[in-house]
Amino acid sequence: MSVNDTEFVRILASIMAQSAPLLLAVTGETITERAGVINLSLDGSMMFSAMGGFVVAYVVGGRLTDAGITGHFLPVMAGLAVAALLGALVALLIAWGSIRLKRDQVAIGFVLTMLLTSMANFLGQGFTRLPGPRVKHMPIPILSDIPVLGPMLFRHDLLIYFSFLVVIAAWWWMYRTQPGLQMRGVGERPEAAFVRGITVNRVRYLYTAIGGALVGLGGAAYSLDIKIGWSDNHILGIGWIALAIVIFGGWRPFRAAFGAILYGITRALAQVLQTSFPAVPVVLFNSLQWLLMLGVLLLVGSDAIHRLILLAPKWAQRPLGNLLRVAPPAGLGTAFIEE
Amino acid sequence: MRVELRDIHKYFGTVRANDGISLVFEPGHIYGLLGENGAGKSTLMKILSGYQAPTSGDILLDGEPVTFKSPSDALSKGIGMLYQSPQDFPPMQVVENHLLAYDNALILDMNKGESDLRETSRRFSFELDPREYVDTLTLGERQQMELLRLLSLGAEVLILDEPTTGISAEQKEILFDTMRRLAHEEQKTIILVSHKLEEVQELCDEVAVLRAGRLVGTQKIPCENRDLVRMMFGEEIPRQPRPELRSEKTVLELKDVKIRTYRLTLENINLTVKEGEVLGLAGLEGSGQRLLLQACAGLLPVASGQVLLDGEPLKGKRSPFFWVPWLAAAVFVVRFIWLIVLLASGQINGLRFAGQTGVAILLAGLIWLIGTVLISWTSEDPYHVFKRRGGAYVPAGRLEEGLVSGLSLTEHMVLAEPKQEFVIDWAKARKDIEERIKHYNIKGRPDSRAEELSGGNQQRLMLGLLDSPLRLILLEHPTRGLDVTSADRIWELFQERRREGTAVIFMSADLDELLDRSDRIAVFSGGKMSRILQTSETSIDEIGHLIGGQEL
Amino acid sequence: MRERVLRTVWPAVPIILAVATTALLVMVYQADPVQTFSALWEGAFGSPQSTFLTLAFWVPLLLASIGLLMTFTAGLWNIGVEGQMIMGAIAASWVALKWTEAMPNAPHWIFLPCSIILSMVAGALWAALAAVLKTRGGVHEIFGGVALNNLAIITTNYFISGPWQPPEGGTFRGTEPFPEYALFPLYGNTRFAPLSLVLAIIALIAVALALRGTIWGLRLKALGKNMRASFMLGISSEREAITSMMLCGALAGLAGAVRVLSWFDSLRQSISGGIGFLAILIVLLASLRPLLVVVISLIFSGLLTGGSVVELRTQLHSSLSGIIQGTLVLFMLLFGDYRQLFRKRKTPAEEVAEEQPVPVEAVES
Repeated sequence: MSVNDTEFVRILASIMAQSAPLLLAVTGETITERAGVINLSLDGSMMFSAMGGFVVAYVVGGRLTDAGITGHFLPVMAGLAVAALLGALVALLIAWGSIRLKRDQVAIGFVLTMLLTSMANFLGQGFTRLPGPRVKHMPIPILSDIPVLGPMLFRHDLLIYFSFLVVIAAWWWMYRTQPGLQMRGVGERPEAAFVRGITVNRVRYLYTAIGGALVGLGGAAYSLDIKIGWSDNHILGIGWIALAIVIFGGWRPFRAAFGAILYGITRALAQVLQTSFPAVPVVLFNSLQWLLMLGVLLLVGSDAIHRLILLAPKWAQRPLGNLLRVAPPAGLGTAFIEE
Repeated sequence: MRVELRDIHKYFGTVRANDGISLVFEPGHIYGLLGENGAGKSTLMKILSGYQAPTSGDILLDGEPVTFKSPSDALSKGIGMLYQSPQDFPPMQVVENHLLAYDNALILDMNKGESDLRETSRRFSFELDPREYVDTLTLGERQQMELLRLLSLGAEVLILDEPTTGISAEQKEILFDTMRRLAHEEQKTIILVSHKLEEVQELCDEVAVLRAGRLVGTQKIPCENRDLVRMMFGEEIPRQPRPELRSEKTVLELKDVKIRTYRLTLENINLTVKEGEVLGLAGLEGSGQRLLLQACAGLLPVASGQVLLDGEPLKGKRSPFFWVPWLAAAVFVVRFIWLIVLLASGQINGLRFAGQTGVAILLAGLIWLIGTVLISWTSEDPYHVFKRRGGAYVPAGRLEEGLVSGLSLTEHMVLAEPKQEFVIDWAKARKDIEERIKHYNIKGRPDSRAEELSGGNQQRLMLGLLDSPLRLILLEHPTRGLDVTSADRIWELFQERRREGTAVIFMSADLDELLDRSDRIAVFSGGKMSRILQTSETSIDEIGHLIGGQEL
Repeated sequence: MRERVLRTVWPAVPIILAVATTALLVMVYQADPVQTFSALWEGAFGSPQSTFLTLAFWVPLLLASIGLLMTFTAGLWNIGVEGQMIMGAIAASWVALKWTEAMPNAPHWIFLPCSIILSMVAGALWAALAAVLKTRGGVHEIFGGVALNNLAIITTNYFISGPWQPPEGGTFRGTEPFPEYALFPLYGNTRFAPLSLVLAIIALIAVALALRGTIWGLRLKALGKNMRASFMLGISSEREAITSMMLCGALAGLAGAVRVLSWFDSLRQSISGGIGFLAILIVLLASLRPLLVVVISLIFSGLLTGGSVVELRTQLHSSLSGIIQGTLVLFMLLFGDYRQLFRKRKTPAEEVAEEQPVPVEAVES
């Protein structure tokens, strides 16, 4: 029996797969917030996109089957496209409400959370607990046999591979391209960006849309891949976790991805521990993720990290500071008066 | 490139920031733009650099009229400005700042950017590390970075807005050398906006002086400082004799106080202010006066030294419940040790141990929570202690810090009343505020909201809300936005307070006001406080020079 | 003149938009909007039975909303109100279940007041936790609230399936029913407890008066509008944040007690019923006005009770109520202020010029 058949490796692979939707959502929201807009509606919009993606995929699948075309690929693509579109539209609504109408992003975001959850439940009625199209499992031939790393990274489906790529692409775009640099400038100091001739609000709208689209894809990644199908309140709560992970991630793609995977590990750990120690009340394991969220936010929000860094030797302080940096983009949540 | 400003006007509402200014700047020269606060220098340069549009007037480059749509538009036409507060991106690296909005290439070429930076740095003897993060740089280095960026984007005209505030002497030398080279060797046009006479004398070929939005005149350098001072501040008016109201009792004392912030460090401040005394703080903003005021009020902690109000050190009030969090920790530790003992002696199993530990954590947490709540209810911030002991602080940011937008005048009256009862007597509050409205001549009704008042009336409102009697009043710019008659009236009211024994410390940009109203004046320049002058023994000349950084 | 007309008429616009959107959705599902809305009405106030149901749901909703008036005035987003309700319900359940068990000879009338007091204390402490996490730990109250909400739900499940499980075994449904003397006295065979309404009205009057007529209320108002200026005027933001959160938590806890001791007769999983979140929407929609809160909470309550009848009649999912509520608030938030909508678009240079205050030459260190 090779190492790749062990329970341990199987769990590792499963963690990576389960993290995919969060990777998408968290990367998307990191981009949106880096451009200066808070999309608090994540819980609702992920659910809404999950429902929308599944429903569209189901309906399209049905129509195509009637027309004699089988296969899951096209329906799933249709579903994903719609989910991305929905996510982008919601995010744009918040950006518009903030930039054009000067409303509070937090308020709009929160109301949308509740509204979109209701809409998802309402529009999803009639599609609950139906088997639907799913993303096809596509292990990469040789790479998936690499010990440990193989199953973890290369024995999944296209959507999961895509989520990995998105994280890398986001990092590359933000740190190695001119438009990405400008986006960071806009989020950090809109006035200075304006002085340099950047159309601040246009940049904000653009990246809000992109980020929102990724969030939508994240939602659909549940209903079409990880947690197939649709039911009432299908993925309730995951949006809030995503928002907290963005903060934990210090608004940087790799660290946020790390946070998403860390979350996945926590969930898996909780499950494993639960089965190993059935005597311990299930309370503890369920609360683990929320306690972790509080713990992480406490770490980030209080001065603790700052003081810890000061304890390190001088030469290590700057790199540590960058690694553990926790400050949000200074222009987050503000409405820049421009166009 | 020849730059001409023709009849530039800029109004903000009724305020005439620039009133018909015409100037010509020839290439290969260094120009100085002098004037005190509010004279209009920054406004004019913001217009020239494309940050604002003039209300009327023209800008001509090499004889061609141009309009700028934005600062980057102006830069593309050759005009670059070095802002007084850096318009950069602190959390990013120098090379990233340099490359932001630099060109249209998709991929950032960090290596090229780095080598470009190193090369141009060397040319001007700057010591910039492209990989450094901007928030670790000194102000001088941030300027250098911005300068390099402007030059590499093709600036022919460089405007420097108060560039030497907050940079070291060494960096200043480097900057000036660079400016000379750019002007004389590369035929660029340099415009230096400053209030420092010695620097203008040192660097510039010609100087233009603005006062109250108008161009007073131009002078070729070298010239007499005296002439410049007279152009900047106007003729000396004969002073009224002032009543001596000072008692011998000390209200405020600062002993070896050191205040430290990112930009400035004020050290060795020793100050005594007596009852009824008025102390004026002169100097350009950003020189440290505000920091001193804030430290006196407990708004800013002092790095070392003592602030004494009526002989007692000024500090926050500690809660009588401060020990409760320690109790919580102690309870947990004791219980935990007890549990370990039980575990070790086999009386409980591992599961029970874990469970009981959890309970112990919850219990300790509850005690800690209750303690924190109690502490928050019973402790007091140093500034609030300052207020309780008879101090008052009137900030300059009226709607940002002094008043609450959305609240009415009556509501402000209620909030400002120190002996306010739990249930509000709105009728009494209305009467009180009506009285203050009359007494302070505030144009507003009790129901008007703070933001509906004009700037001057907001100022009057802030002063009108002050309690009496007070021990000490600290004011940032007390009569800003007020006309002469209103300012006079305000100072009359302060006279009444002085008779009650109230000491007043204020900062102002108006030298006339400082000389008229204060008993003593401290001058701040470049983060240092001069010795304290007796008003009766000094003059506008001396103060102007001290502000400019020179002793007479 | 035109201003005045616009200002009075405009609030109707979001309402019309919300109703129109809902009707549209309903038609997409090939249901009749008229039938739907009439089913809604019938379920809400159509019969004495349904009216009392609506009232019974309304009281805890009203209590939670009154509490939120305080925190919103202070500028806080107390999302944790749902969890505070649950903790209050747990505390009340503890009294109703365990105290009655432990003290079988005690006079029966004593348990209800104990429940009420304890539920308020529990809610206040749970809220204090969220507040302290914010003031000392820098955890935004939204996240603190969400995390604590979930922890409260988990705690409920723990008790229901563990120490407090009914004799026939824990099935996550609920505890066994509480003795009747520990519950709120109910009107007839409805779920409505007149006493709870009395308490709510007392709370409403107290809070409304406190916010308008006391220095404490004024301090909250100032804090919510400008934290820095409030500090300069002598207000301690930590103290007021904690106090307002605790008072809101107390009322939310009371709402939880009402839920568990009148609407239900035992502690259930769905004890809070989303009331906390709904209360947030209500207060947003009411723009923090107490009387509007009363009216809107009654309407929203009707929408929910009516929603279940709609589901019966038209096969439409009961979340339709949530859609009506959500769209109402959304449209009100976005379009409620007609001035923003119709302001003239300015050129960039004009905007920048407008933003410049009276020129301040230098920037402070």
